[in-house]
Amino acid sequence: MKQLRKNVYIAAGYNTVSFGSGRKEFNPKKPMRTFEEYVVEAGRSTLTALPDPSLVDEAVVGNFMAGRFLRQGNLPGFVGMLHEGLRHKPATRVEGACCSGGLALATAMKTVLSDLSDISLCLGFEIQNTVKAVYGADYLAAAGYYRGERKAGHAYFFPSKFSDRAGAYFQRYGGETARKGMARWYAQMVENARLCPKAQEHHNTLEDPEAAAMAAPNPKSFVEHLNYFDCSKVSDGASSLLFLSEEGVQKAGLHRDRCARLIGFGQAARDITRPPEDLTVLDTTAAAVQRALEMAGLSLEDLGFVEVHDCFTISAMLALEAIGLTPPGTAPQYVLDGHTRRDGKVPANATGGLIGYGHYTGGTGVRQAVDLLDQLTGNAGPCQLSLDPARPYGLMISMGGNDVTVVAMIFTRAV
Amino acid sequence: MEYQQLMQRVAVLGAAGKMGSGIAALLSQELVRLKLQYRLEHLRLTLIDTNEAAFPGLLAYLADQARRAAEKQIVTLRGFYSDRADLVDNGEIIEQYIADLLSLVRVDTDLRVVAPATMVFEAIVENLEVKLKVFKQLAESCAKETYFFTNTSSIPIGLISQRTDLVGRVIGYHFYNPPIVQKLLELIVPETTRKELVGLAVELAAHLRKTVVRSADVAGFIGNGHFTRDGLYGLNLAERLVADRGLTLPEAVVAVNRVTQDFLLRPMGIFQLLDYVGIEVYQSILAIIAEHGEQPHLRSPLCDRMLAAGIRGGQHQDGSQKDGFLGYEKGRPARVYDLESGTYRTIDEALLGKVDGLLGPLPSSALTWKALSRDGHAGERLAAYFGKLEALDTLGASLARDYLKNSKVIAETLVQLGVTPTVDDVSAVLKLGFFHLYGVADFA
Repeated sequence: MKQLRKNVYIAAGYNTVSFGSGRKEFNPKKPMRTFEEYVVEAGRSTLTALPDPSLVDEAVVGNFMAGRFLRQGNLPGFVGMLHEGLRHKPATRVEGACCSGGLALATAMKTVLSDLSDISLCLGFEIQNTVKAVYGADYLAAAGYYRGERKAGHAYFFPSKFSDRAGAYFQRYGGETARKGMARWYAQMVENARLCPKAQEHHNTLEDPEAAAMAAPNPKSFVEHLNYFDCSKVSDGASSLLFLSEEGVQKAGLHRDRCARLIGFGQAARDITRPPEDLTVLDTTAAAVQRALEMAGLSLEDLGFVEVHDCFTISAMLALEAIGLTPPGTAPQYVLDGHTRRDGKVPANATGGLIGYGHYTGGTGVRQAVDLLDQLTGNAGPCQLSLDPARPYGLMISMGGNDVTVVAMIFTRAV
Repeated sequence: MEYQQLMQRVAVLGAAGKMGSGIAALLSQELVRLKLQYRLEHLRLTLIDTNEAAFPGLLAYLADQARRAAEKQIVTLRGFYSDRADLVDNGEIIEQYIADLLSLVRVDTDLRVVAPATMVFEAIVENLEVKLKVFKQLAESCAKETYFFTNTSSIPIGLISQRTDLVGRVIGYHFYNPPIVQKLLELIVPETTRKELVGLAVELAAHLRKTVVRSADVAGFIGNGHFTRDGLYGLNLAERLVADRGLTLPEAVVAVNRVTQDFLLRPMGIFQLLDYVGIEVYQSILAIIAEHGEQPHLRSPLCDRMLAAGIRGGQHQDGSQKDGFLGYEKGRPARVYDLESGTYRTIDEALLGKVDGLLGPLPSSALTWKALSRDGHAGERLAAYFGKLEALDTLGASLARDYLKNSKVIAETLVQLGVTPTVDDVSAVLKLGFFHLYGVADFA
């Protein structure tokens, strides 16, 4: 299918604070907010956009590892907690590692396209601060091929997977520019996060983040090619929004200037049991983005801004190349040239991305869509970009695991 | 013998005490490293203490410290356990590491089980007669190759070895409290010590990631040589403030504590530090230095009075602070002891106001030890701070300057007494072991 059979909109987005180290109020020794509180904060905020929450026909919950971080399964059961009007509504939990949020978006979209729903609630969350990072790394390693990869893998499994990608990238294209580009990316994400009060790095006080991010990696305590600044942090948070049909928008009584329209969608998965064909290429991401662009009928020059899945700085480099914004091997220079800055050609991750805003894994995809919605509707507050009126198109990429599960979406203004 | 051979059978005496348990934790981690990295068999860590009731707590402490160590070294541990197909998660590897570590440990109250030990670490009470009794027994029961590491913080090592027929086989191995955290290790090597033992002691210190500062075998060594005199100066200063300035003793204690902490930018005021060490322990160290270091003037009548009143300071089993000169709430001084009434007085606004009125303002109220200790540019800030302190014409600044000068005089005294060849070593000990931010000669 090259085109959506009917219009699909998003509206009423909400992100909680991305909570974890870096936030001033974070203290691992003190009791933290429960996951129910995050879910309720996000879900109820979205529902306030509706005259009656019982207008919601269906709900989708994206989450990766509640089973281990929270020892909690059966997540559809938590939707009813949001409002009495959601009693006995259909609800589904979807999982695809860090693309769980992206899959929640895709699934919510499909409920609307199926004609079974006019208004679907899409919610994503993850709580990761319940255990130390050394144990959290075990849980997150399930995003790889556990039986095939985990035993031989690194203590910090995913950082090492992307460290391997960085190593291969350095070898093929030279490490010096790449390292500088990655450090610049970190600095840009921190600068963006400082504008966003809910971002995990909002309180970041580093005088020179770029210089800090040039730190040499320490393979003895961490991984070979990445330092801590290259990595998104451990985060707690939730995000939510609505997917609506034309009828849904009518029923909800929403003005179109509060909505964004989905015009491009691409979803892809690759065989998790096999290693990536080329460590310097995110081919699944490229496939999903290509489909989304085709559906939207857009060329790369049309993209006004992007939300890329920068779980690591190297992921950002590879994502920029997978989108096609810059040829293979040139993303670090592309970043160093300022093209992804807030005032650059294609501003990226206006609230800081996974590195700056935070990465509550199962909720991140939803968070990205909320941020695109806010930008397109002029609701991004201090993070608002001045978008080129000729290019009112925002692309987001949600990636699970080592480029295994990917959802790409392109939104534009609804008016 | 080689390092690995000597580490086969290690014993710790006084293992349930504060120092002993820390030393035991460090050694348990080193032994399990040897087991895992070199596949050594038959390693054994024997932990001896007279307090059998403390063994469950000791083993729990070892397990807890093992967990922390494993979490930090998980990258290395995955390599050690790479042949164990059943251990996949970090969590599984950490649990196995703890089990492997504890499997090396035996606890006992009977000193006789130490006989086969190749290395013995002594961390019992700081009392020469008690130590001599234990060492004499071990000299008889242990092999002639066994080496002895004593954690004494003040007793000359030569004295112990001569009186126990262990000449050449005893070395001073003074950890700082808590051993698991503190980087400093004072190494005291009597002239007669076997070269092999010195080499082993240095090698072990490197494996335990300790920084060695060598001290001559003079009672008190460097750390306590400075601390006892620095403390005595503070104790005497408090009494002087009572006599010359008409302060009550509690007020004087608070004033001197404030000068030594806030004016001098040290982590603790001197009275808090005396409480931390324990007044009784402090008195016994003073007595040892007075006797064996031939420094009879080193005594504190004020400490005698506190002990007579039953006030001892020191720490509870869980590491929390006992009341001493000061009374504590959540580890912070909240009260001060009044010898006259035999009760603690709250350190309230009125008391602080009076003390501050007398001392005058700090050179820079925004600067604290805590902030500076995390500051990459502490050196420049300290220089600016002490420049201001020099210029201030207040009692507080004047007392602080005198305190600094006295600290330098103490260091020079230690050089004169032959404890150390240079005041730089004293500075190194104060920085590493006492967390001072500057050396004795930097701003005096």
